[in-house]
Amino acid sequence: MDIEQADIERVFEENRRQFLKRARIVAVGAGAAGLFTGTATDAAAPRAASDVGVIQTALALEHEGIAAYRIAGGSGLLSPPTLNVALTFMGHHEAHRDSLAKLVRQGGAKPVEPKSDADYIKGLNLESLKSEKDVVTLATSLEHGAASAYIMQITAIKNPKLASLFASISADEATHWATLNNAARMPIPKAAYIFA
Amino acid sequence: MRRASAIALWFAGAFVTAVAVICVHPRPGLAADDITAGQALYQSKCTGCHSVDADRIGPRHRDVVGRKIASIPGYDYSPAIKKLGGVWTPSRLDRWLSGTQKMAPGSKMYIEVDDPTQRRLIIAYLQSVSKPR
Repeated sequence: MDIEQADIERVFEENRRQFLKRARIVAVGAGAAGLFTGTATDAAAPRAASDVGVIQTALALEHEGIAAYRIAGGSGLLSPPTLNVALTFMGHHEAHRDSLAKLVRQGGAKPVEPKSDADYIKGLNLESLKSEKDVVTLATSLEHGAASAYIMQITAIKNPKLASLFASISADEATHWATLNNAARMPIPKAAYIFA
Repeated sequence: MRRASAIALWFAGAFVTAVAVICVHPRPGLAADDITAGQALYQSKCTGCHSVDADRIGPRHRDVVGRKIASIPGYDYSPAIKKLGGVWTPSRLDRWLSGTQKMAPGSKMYIEVDDPTQRRLIIAYLQSVSKPR
C-alpha cells in the first residue's frame, strides 16, 4: 500500500514538474507578446473610478482562470496535447492579468490579489474533476462565462480604448471557448449571439 | 389479463404525469418554461462570476431570494452593497439587474440586463434555486 501511495505521489510530482517546466516556456513567450500590447494598454488607462472597478472585477476573473488551468494542469488528468493547449490558454490569461493589473496601478489603486488555491478548488469544485473530459467541460464553461462577462461590462466603461481592450480580451476568451467546445465535440450553438 | 394490463398502464401513465408535474413546477407560481429559459440566460450571462452553490468572483446564488443582502459569511462584499440593507426580493433583484451601479454605486458588479423579460426569467430561475419563504 505504501509503495502504491509513493508511486502515486511520484507520478503526481513528475506531472507537476513537467507542467511548471512547460509553464515557464509559455511565460517567456507571453512576455515577448506583451511587448506588442504595451502601447495599447497605456492608452486604455482608466478615466474614472468606475473604470478601475470594472478592471478589478475582470482581474479577479483572470486570476480564477489562471488558477483553474494551473491546478487542473498539474493534476495529471490531461494528455500532452491537451496540456499544451491548456498552457497556451493559461499564458493568454496571464498576459490579460498583467495588462489589467498595470491599468489598475495606473488608476492609482492596488490590483486585486488572487484567492488561495483552496478557495479556487472549492469555488470551482475542482476536486470533482476525474478525467480530461471533466477538465475540458469545466474550462469550456469558464471561457464562455468570461467572454460574456467582458462583453457585458463594456457599456460601463468610460474610456473607449479600455472598452476596445475588453473587446479584444473577450475575443481571446471566445477563441478559447470555440477551441475547447470543438475538442469536447459539443455542437455549435444554432442561435446567433453566442455570448452575453 | 388485458384489463389488468390496461389498469397497470393507466397507473404507470398517471405516475409519470404526476412526476412530470412535480418536476416542472418545483415552486408554485413559477412556470417551468420560465425557469428553463432563465437557467439558460443565467448560464450565459451570470456564470462568468457566479455559481449557484459556491462563492467565486461574486457570491453564491442558492437561496438568494429572501436572503438578507450581503449576508454570506466569509464573502468579501463591497461597502456599497453592505450599505443597502434589507432582503433580496424579486423586485429588488429586478432593480439590481437593471442598474447595479445606480442601486449601489461602487459595488463590484458592473453588469446590467437591459431586457425586462430576460430579467424576469433570470429572477424566476433564482427563485427556483431558493427556498420558498
